[in-house]
Amino acid sequence: MHQRTTVAALTAALTTAALAGCGSSDGGGSDGPVDLTYWAWAPGMEQVVELWNEANPDIQVTVKEQAAGDDLVTRTITAAQAGEAPDLVQAEYQALPTLVSNDVLADISGELDGAEEQFAPGLWQQVTLGTDAVYALPQDSGPMMFYYREDLFAEYGLEVPTTWEEFADTARAVRDADPDTYLTTFSANDAGLFAGLAQQAGARWWTADGETWRVAIDDEATRRVAEFWGGLVAEDAVLNEPMYTPAWNQAINTGEQLAWVSAVWAPGTLSTAAPDTAGSWAMAPLPQWEEGGNATGSWGGSTTAVTNDGQHREAAVEFATWLNTDPEALAALVTEGGIYPAATAAQTGDALAGPPAFFENQPDFYARAAEIAQGTAPASWGPNVNVAYGAFNDAFAAAAESRGDFAEALATVHRATVDDMESHGFQVAE
Amino acid sequence: MTPRMTRRMTRHTKDVAEDVPRPTRRGPRRGAPYAFLAPAIVLFLLFFALPIGYAIQLSLRTVEVQGLGLGSGARREVWAGLANYTDALADPELLDGALRVAVYGLIVVPVMLGLALVFALLLDAERVRGRRAGRLLIFLPYAIPGVIAALLWGFLYLPSVSPLHRTLDALGLPEPDLLGGNALYLALANIAVWGGTGFNMIVIHTSLRAIPAELYEAARLDGCSQLQIALRVKIPLVTPSLVLTFFFSIIATLQVFSEPTTLRPLTNSVPTTWSPLMKVYQDAFGTGDIHSAAATAVIIALVTLALSFGFLRAAGARARQGEAR
Repeated sequence: MHQRTTVAALTAALTTAALAGCGSSDGGGSDGPVDLTYWAWAPGMEQVVELWNEANPDIQVTVKEQAAGDDLVTRTITAAQAGEAPDLVQAEYQALPTLVSNDVLADISGELDGAEEQFAPGLWQQVTLGTDAVYALPQDSGPMMFYYREDLFAEYGLEVPTTWEEFADTARAVRDADPDTYLTTFSANDAGLFAGLAQQAGARWWTADGETWRVAIDDEATRRVAEFWGGLVAEDAVLNEPMYTPAWNQAINTGEQLAWVSAVWAPGTLSTAAPDTAGSWAMAPLPQWEEGGNATGSWGGSTTAVTNDGQHREAAVEFATWLNTDPEALAALVTEGGIYPAATAAQTGDALAGPPAFFENQPDFYARAAEIAQGTAPASWGPNVNVAYGAFNDAFAAAAESRGDFAEALATVHRATVDDMESHGFQVAE
Repeated sequence: MTPRMTRRMTRHTKDVAEDVPRPTRRGPRRGAPYAFLAPAIVLFLLFFALPIGYAIQLSLRTVEVQGLGLGSGARREVWAGLANYTDALADPELLDGALRVAVYGLIVVPVMLGLALVFALLLDAERVRGRRAGRLLIFLPYAIPGVIAALLWGFLYLPSVSPLHRTLDALGLPEPDLLGGNALYLALANIAVWGGTGFNMIVIHTSLRAIPAELYEAARLDGCSQLQIALRVKIPLVTPSLVLTFFFSIIATLQVFSEPTTLRPLTNSVPTTWSPLMKVYQDAFGTGDIHSAAATAVIIALVTLALSFGFLRAAGARARQGEAR
């Protein structure tokens, strides 16, 4: 008898738990407005979505800020496994293969109508993963640039470097001029920066060939980048400490570091990290490997993707298209969220006519940015970018700390990435 | 409490228990104990046994990919047997992490418990003024959440923003790099000692307060000094508390996570797999491989269990030995 009591109590408890677990995902029936949930982290997104909701009473979108960047990817995959993913999700370009591989994202090529020509081919190829499918719409992009303290460059008598060779000479000149000052630092805590620099040099880390992934992290182009920075760190021409730390903030605020290799969104970061330096920075194209080139890489940038769990795919695609191609939406994204839109037309639109607040001294900031963006090298991401990035953090942090062999660290990253893919049954060519 | 007292009490409770009438074998009262136990059992099963079972199940499976691994049906979960376990044990990072934690524990546990004991004895000594205030002040760091404490200390360790380094610089002394090399162990241990001493001190101090005053009087009549009282009367009598705090400290050391994770962005010296738990986190949420993370978690749980029980048995054996003497 007692056994039965226990079992009954347990069953009751389990049933309650199971009931509590489901039964909350049936927004919008056959009649009445369609309710869409959108997980995003871009600042000011709620205000932009408000514009849509006012104009479209039939399709109401709710923005939820669950997490940002890689954390949101993990959370979305977990939610999708439970069948509870949101209708729409903000995802960075390099996360798309991971999301597609986990069967989270829907192929929306059937619902789209003429969106492709609104974006640069390099961006579009990242949302199709080189296939016929379309897994997301580009929202913003992060073409990389070189930021430097205009005032201190003049004070030290430095020229803005146009090639990486000149960059190295400038770094050495800064050390000679003032032993407490560095041109910049090599930071191992953001693999996205290194990936962008590798793209500029011509690297394509993952490419699909039939049913096989070709992994080329340890290729000639990337090794060139790794050895270049490793050499600078070894001779103490650039610092080896991570960025985004209180120490880094201090260094760029006080002029102990004169430059930052970054992307178009840097003004926002600089205004919070180095608030005392408004108007003293200037932006220039990234130094080039070939003299006279105009290549750049991408660092950051995200997309709007539609998930498989959503019940209203057409409505979701309609909203995503509006958000990323409509002039009014893009203007709002620029003013409310400070993003650099992916849609080509918006990059020269009215909202970007003036410079960012921190760069009043450079009125043609966005005109130059649009010029630079045209040279954006294509990026190609694979299904385990997260593994490669984790391996990068550890291997390059150790190499930077010991001022050791960056080429060896790169080989470690390559190995870890390939091993992970092979252990999961991918066919990998190197 | 002396062993003899414990024995007397045990006998006493036994007498009482025998006075209670046994429930009859028939009738509804037979199910009563189970009814009372049911909430605990249900909670235990739901929030303890079930998750552990799920973790074990996850650890025995893995994801296999077809073709490029894109689109629906490209990934499926398959039985992996013990492959995740052998992979985890073969991964040198896990052993390296365990060794790092061992070094860290060798610094933290003796220093923290030593300080806690000294503080407790000082506060318990006669003619101490400001006992309450002192106790509160030493306990206070424990009330600061670990992540916030680590952040605060992180700022103090960073040379360019730390007042410590500024002072050393002004005095013309060399500035240590606390976030690199072997100094990192001291930096991390310092955070744990700073945060944990107060709690352990309270535990030891409370048991010191429970010692009857007659014992001190007797010791004094025998000619004991304050120091001798502390060494020969107080410390032997608070041994159970010391065992308890040691036990807690070992478990806390094995689970060290938030301090190194918080310091990680500030330095090149803390890899994502610095401690075994950080490796589990990185596997599960960094690289998204929940299956190998589960296997590593099970291994850590087993090692923790073995260490804790081993220690408790050793402590128990010593206590019995003492009793026999």
